[in-house]
Amino acid sequence: MLHILRQIAKCGIKTEPPPAPADEMVLVARLQEKILRVLGRALTIRQVDAGSCNGCELEIHALANPYYNIEGLGIKFVASPRHADMLLVTGPVSKHMAIALKRTYDATPDPKLVVAVGDCGCSGGIFGESYASLGRVSNVIPVDVAVPGCPPAPVALLQGILAAISVSAAAPLATEPTMETGAAAAAAAGTGPAPSSPVP
Amino acid sequence: MNVSPLGISSASLACAIPAQRCPVSSGQLLTACRLAWEHGGQLAALWASDERDRERGFCVHVLLRDRDGLTLLEHTLPDGGASYPDLSTIFPVASRMQRAAFDLVGTQCDADDARPWTWQAAWPIDQFPLRRDFAALPKWGPGEEDYPFVRVSGDGVHDIAVGPVHAGIIEPGHFRFQVVGEKVLRLEERLSYAHKGIEKRFEALSIAEGSRLAGRISGDSTVAFGWAYAQAVEAIAGLEIDRRAIWLRALLLERERVANHLGDLGYLGNDGGFAVGLAQFSRLKEDLLRLNRRVFGHRLLMDVIVPGGVAHDLAPDEAAEMRSQGAALVREIRVLRDIYDDHAGLQDRFRNCGRVSNELAAKLGLCGFAARASGVADDLRCDFALAPYDALTVRRAGHRDGDVAARVAVRFDEALESLRLIDVILDALPQGDILTALPPLREFKTAVGCVEGWRGPVWVALESGPANTLRRCHPHDPSWQNWPVIEHAVIGNIVPDFPLINKSFNLSYSGHDL
Repeated sequence: MLHILRQIAKCGIKTEPPPAPADEMVLVARLQEKILRVLGRALTIRQVDAGSCNGCELEIHALANPYYNIEGLGIKFVASPRHADMLLVTGPVSKHMAIALKRTYDATPDPKLVVAVGDCGCSGGIFGESYASLGRVSNVIPVDVAVPGCPPAPVALLQGILAAISVSAAAPLATEPTMETGAAAAAAAGTGPAPSSPVP
Repeated sequence: MNVSPLGISSASLACAIPAQRCPVSSGQLLTACRLAWEHGGQLAALWASDERDRERGFCVHVLLRDRDGLTLLEHTLPDGGASYPDLSTIFPVASRMQRAAFDLVGTQCDADDARPWTWQAAWPIDQFPLRRDFAALPKWGPGEEDYPFVRVSGDGVHDIAVGPVHAGIIEPGHFRFQVVGEKVLRLEERLSYAHKGIEKRFEALSIAEGSRLAGRISGDSTVAFGWAYAQAVEAIAGLEIDRRAIWLRALLLERERVANHLGDLGYLGNDGGFAVGLAQFSRLKEDLLRLNRRVFGHRLLMDVIVPGGVAHDLAPDEAAEMRSQGAALVREIRVLRDIYDDHAGLQDRFRNCGRVSNELAAKLGLCGFAARASGVADDLRCDFALAPYDALTVRRAGHRDGDVAARVAVRFDEALESLRLIDVILDALPQGDILTALPPLREFKTAVGCVEGWRGPVWVALESGPANTLRRCHPHDPSWQNWPVIEHAVIGNIVPDFPLINKSFNLSYSGHDL
């Protein structure tokens, strides 16, 4: 036990300050403001590998290391889409994963965000579209933020995730198609009273 | 392997290790495989190709590996109606490769298990993507297949279906467990969810573009695949690259090995309930990746190896930094190894968990570090005088227990040995050019590239096409060999130990599914 404590103390705190959100990665600004209001600073992410080479997964794993310490920012990877606010999807979307990806999306409660990760997730990358690949993630489910890179470095991933939930990234909500009407829509647009939040 | 007693003629095959190429009849295919098996040989890879444009029907390629080197058996099937003998009776690992070869090329095999493997209803079952006249139609969308899993029945037996979307940050695949209470009676894997048409894609690329694709077959083995691909291209070109470039490639490969072992050792601690292990090892891995980025321009070292050499040189000050980082890593890994070894809770989870006996490993053709943890001594770096390892004398790791603890021990040994090799390479790095110009490739030449990646031997077989294109490229990840072994390793273990067993192998889905 002592040598474990000694090792922990010797290392000290390695965590670095998080990067600023990267607004240029935002494709569609929908509902971010509302999500932020509901979620506060606690975000849960379900990661879906829809057919990647696993390079992106290695960098997503790195987000949990002490340098990036993603959990320290209140962001947590969860085991089920039912528990998730955001899907972090790597691609290209193989045809064999398309149905599973759609079902995962459907299983994620609204309001939800989707971040497409990597050159393949953003554009299909070197695999492109073929008999076996549907290419970019947005060909299969709606995407809010796209983080390019092959694979994107952990800092870029953090910037993309933070951009998706940052208020500054939210475009006027009037431009986004929504099924909501009345008070909820007005509240979402910031013009009405805030809806009661399920999260204290 | 000496095939002349079987009446088989052989020609030499372009490869960095001794290799031969033999056309065989279906009877000779079986006898040659049997002979290889009797002499301790293993099936390295099996794939098929469409040769109808040359009036030669289809060809089944069987790559065997033994102590003498490689033997590539090539069996011609006159048309799609002909079939070849089932090799899984000799090499069980052949089964999935034969099924995949049918799904992609339509070559029929006389095997009992004729279920699809790569095919999952995304294209009509009578269409074969790797045939040259295959044209994908836009109307073919994703489909759903009803895969006939083998069932176990009896009192209290129930199924647990897992995946393809897993609970962690993992690649897609499906596992079907049959359990009684917590005990696993049977596991059946259903892979190919990450199939994205890599082999077909190669055929549309130039030699140079193919190198980028090879580096993305399995991201965690980008150096291994990049090197094996470059090696095959250079073998076809008859190009001897500069010694400095070869030594730098080994430096990259060993750094990739260290990075992967560090990452997995952390997760193995975590899966054993010791989160400190993950924090510590992931910190060390990050240090390594950051230096990769500074020196070679990429954290995972993608696209650093190119046909003809390497894309980045190493400056003297960078070498010094790498040396001091290596020394620090060795110190830290030794401390963490003591912590792991002394941790009763971890050792309780690791020992006797997911055991693969030496006999089972040999029978199923387990390969790579996992095989070395089960008493199989193969390591391409030691077995063949493959430059620069001929000058490095790699100390072969080994263990006999074959459980998670043994695989953890071998990973520690191999990470430390790689750090020692990196030091030797840095000390003895020859001067010279890092890149030699690649001449245009002659068409219709075949070569095999081979590299002992961190997970195991990686093979890239390729045939050049006209005007510097690729006629056929078959990359083979060691995961093909090792996935079926996991089905055996979990039998009798409890369900919660599966993640630990799985992580101790950490196999590639993408590299297998292609």
